[in-house]
Amino acid sequence: MISADIQIVLPEIALAVYAIIALLAAVYTVKDGAASLLVWLTSGIFVLVAAWLMTNGADAQTAFDGMFVADSFSRFAKVTILLSAAAVLVMSEQYMVARNLLRFEYPLLVVFAVVGMMVMVSAGDLMSLYMGLELQSLSLYVVASLRRDSVKSTEAGLKYFVLGALSSGLLLYGASLTYGFTGTTLFSGIMAGVQDQPSLGLLFGLVFLISGLAFKVSAAPFHMWTPDVYEGSPTPITAFFATAPKVAAMALFARLMFEAFGGITGDWQQIIAFLSVISMFLGSIAAIGQRDIKRLMAYSSIAHMGYALMGLAAGTALGVQAMLIYMAIYVTMNIGTFAFILGMQRDGRPVTDIQSLKMYAKDQPTRALAMLVLMFSLAGVPPMVGFFGKLYVLRAAYDAGLAWLAVAGVVASVIGAYYYLRIVYYMYFGEETEKLDAPSQPILGAFLIASALIMVVGVVNLFGVEPIAAAAAAALVN
Amino acid sequence: MGNLLSLTTFIPLIGAAILALFLRGNDAAAQRNAKWVAMFATSATFLISLFILFQFDPADTGFQMVEEHSWLLGLNYKMGVDGISVLFVMLTTFLMPLVIASCWGVESRVKEYMIAFLLLETLMLGVFMALDMILFYLFFEAGLIPMFLIIGIWGGANRIYASFKFFLYTFLGSVLMLVAMVAMINIAGTSDIPTLMSTVFPSDAFTVLGINIVGGAQTLMFLAFFASFAVKMPMWPVHTWLPDAHVQAPTAGSVVLAAILLKMGGYGFLRFSLPMFPIGSEVIGPLVLWLSAIAIVYTSLVALVQQDMKKLIAYSSVAHMGYVTMGIFTVNQQGIDGAIFQMISHGFISGALFLCVGVIYDRMHTRDIDAYGGLVNRMPAYALIFMFFTMANAGLPGTSGFVGEFLVLMGIFQVNTWVAVIATSGVILSASYGLWLYRRVVMGDLIKESLKSITDMTTRERAIFAPLVVMTLLLGVYPSLVTDIIGPSVGALIDQYDTATAAFTAATQVALH
Repeated sequence: MISADIQIVLPEIALAVYAIIALLAAVYTVKDGAASLLVWLTSGIFVLVAAWLMTNGADAQTAFDGMFVADSFSRFAKVTILLSAAAVLVMSEQYMVARNLLRFEYPLLVVFAVVGMMVMVSAGDLMSLYMGLELQSLSLYVVASLRRDSVKSTEAGLKYFVLGALSSGLLLYGASLTYGFTGTTLFSGIMAGVQDQPSLGLLFGLVFLISGLAFKVSAAPFHMWTPDVYEGSPTPITAFFATAPKVAAMALFARLMFEAFGGITGDWQQIIAFLSVISMFLGSIAAIGQRDIKRLMAYSSIAHMGYALMGLAAGTALGVQAMLIYMAIYVTMNIGTFAFILGMQRDGRPVTDIQSLKMYAKDQPTRALAMLVLMFSLAGVPPMVGFFGKLYVLRAAYDAGLAWLAVAGVVASVIGAYYYLRIVYYMYFGEETEKLDAPSQPILGAFLIASALIMVVGVVNLFGVEPIAAAAAAALVN
Repeated sequence: MGNLLSLTTFIPLIGAAILALFLRGNDAAAQRNAKWVAMFATSATFLISLFILFQFDPADTGFQMVEEHSWLLGLNYKMGVDGISVLFVMLTTFLMPLVIASCWGVESRVKEYMIAFLLLETLMLGVFMALDMILFYLFFEAGLIPMFLIIGIWGGANRIYASFKFFLYTFLGSVLMLVAMVAMINIAGTSDIPTLMSTVFPSDAFTVLGINIVGGAQTLMFLAFFASFAVKMPMWPVHTWLPDAHVQAPTAGSVVLAAILLKMGGYGFLRFSLPMFPIGSEVIGPLVLWLSAIAIVYTSLVALVQQDMKKLIAYSSVAHMGYVTMGIFTVNQQGIDGAIFQMISHGFISGALFLCVGVIYDRMHTRDIDAYGGLVNRMPAYALIFMFFTMANAGLPGTSGFVGEFLVLMGIFQVNTWVAVIATSGVILSASYGLWLYRRVVMGDLIKESLKSITDMTTRERAIFAPLVVMTLLLGVYPSLVTDIIGPSVGALIDQYDTATAAFTAATQVALH
């Protein structure tokens, strides 16, 4: 019995064991000397585990009496998480070496965070949910303040910690209410307990759970930490924050809503639709005034979470499929964009002011073009793949009877287009200022261009993601 | 040749890819090569598109040369042409080599400039050929990107404001259309345009926020599409982006904008609004007629007081597009034939007028009307060409401008006499601002010192105007060239529309009596 359970959680166990062994080995030997090696090794292992999960096409399995679920939904989310984490690690190596930031703990903390995320997306119980969430969050708090001698980085880590702890508290409060009113922490048990008329206490629990998760996905009005943490953390860490944890939190959100509260869709649909519309507008409007590209990307991610939540708000299999596709596209775009941001430096120092991009296209036409593609894709302008992400969620929302949400979404996307266009404007039509350094890291260029190519070529068939996401959604919603 | 349409559409894209991947350097030779590659690609597109015209059978009112492949989301990659779209395809392929020729003098970032125009051609052709709604949207919206860059990078002093205004204005219009498209897919279960054209969308009146919506869902969807196409046309009062965009855009950009991009709006009305939402059109149509009449008179008056030549012609474009929307919403054979004819003819005439401005702008670097005067003394050939197109713009019989306006006015007289009377006054106004412009720029004595050394048109410039003159005259004296091709398809469209609205009209009549 227990061996069958272990079989199912083997990927997570393997990663955790790897992290612990690597940690011990590094502590007792060369310490930071092994950091670069560990970064590459860890990315390689992420890719291997992702490949393992992809080829392992088994049906839904549960372990530990339903606390851990491995199905095609969790597989989709895990593969996205692993691949994006691997990409971010590889991108960050040279940047961190150049700034003397690379500690051997960094890749290993990322592994722990990723294990936490994998547990999150597979959670079938409020306990395993919380365990995964905290493992992830604690690792991220440390990573955020990696630059120990920088006030901003420490501030970012502390802010993230305090607000993260608050959100965890809200979540726990919601979990305890839910437990109190249904008598179980198992999702399937909660589902069975709340069929038609949920009690007021349970609704309270639901609202607190949603608030806690909204913090984690940085949906407005629980978004306040995002811009500060994005700005303060070292850029590679920001890139990591913007990608894998968002996918994990969003997948967890979907699983909790559908597997535990699937019987009362009408009750949470309203709340999520509200979060969605607020996030889209706040993200789009607040980004207009930003001059720091990292803060801008923070608001952009808030807006994008709004769109992903739109898919969730639909409360249908189509909506979940749309959300998954949206997140996969979002992560790909963000990796490319952060590859660009990581390369922005002047005299070897990182620059984040968007005005420094003036006339960038003149010196670096290829990179500027790739960034242009990514910006239009983020704005959701066809034929870039970002448009299809929007189309999927719009369709899901409309089909679910949320036409007003679809209209709000497209209006917000027009507002949002403004600040993406502004970056294009600086790169292509601004006046010339002091130039940025010529790019020195070919690997960043490779990620940037690969991401832009995916955004253009994906118009043919989205690389076959659609049926996989459909299968994943079908596993969750039935 | 089963994929003739795709081939035509994507040749410019291949040209753009060749330029992007293989052309290096920015010296004079590289610039010349870029121009020649673009010229070759656009000319090849034109020659191949002639096959479309030869293979096209006007008697068949359905879609021809259809290609279909499955795509994502249950959508299809489906292309095809009918009598309404085929001439827009030809207009595009015909004008693009001339556009490329007109930017022979550009020296800044030539490679990118050529790539932008080639991309734009692919996207414009795609708009006119797409038979899947989302595919149409994709081409329609994607066209904003190269145009945004053309205005923003190669435009005039205030280009940044103009490019943002252009992009955001048209983007806002189109995203509402996208929501309507999603709604249509939800109702009809497909995004296939021929199927949607025969789908009857619900038109039962309902109440939203206390407002009774006559025509129900059809009216709402009509309005969503209207938001997009009316901005694109552009119709009064959402036309304000156009003068800004035109003034700031480089000459070639203005030509494409006026001659082809604006026609996408008119084409959209004919492809989507009339056949898919006949009841919605019936409800909003009278309003569109009045808006068009206002557009004709108001923008003509505005054109009269302009100091900037391009702005004057831009306002004149808005006025002429007023005839187009008016013709479309008369929904009778003369009106719609006239509207399509007017769009084709305006493509030649407005394109030529912007080129005329470009000729003197290249020499003097100003578009201010007061900076000119008496050009006829030093530029007789230019004076002749400019005269010809000014008269064609005013609708002189014998030119194509006359046929389109006349057909539209014939159509509108059968529908609404008051609108017709107002619209007809536009013909006089258009002659007045045209002649006023011409008199101030070309006539009189050459007294300005700076103009004393201005030179007449070069052979290249004359060669660009020659085909435009020929087409304007040819269509003016032999309009059947166009009407024979569009007639049957337009007839089928009107029959379908009348059948669909018969019951609704009867019910409205009863309600009124």
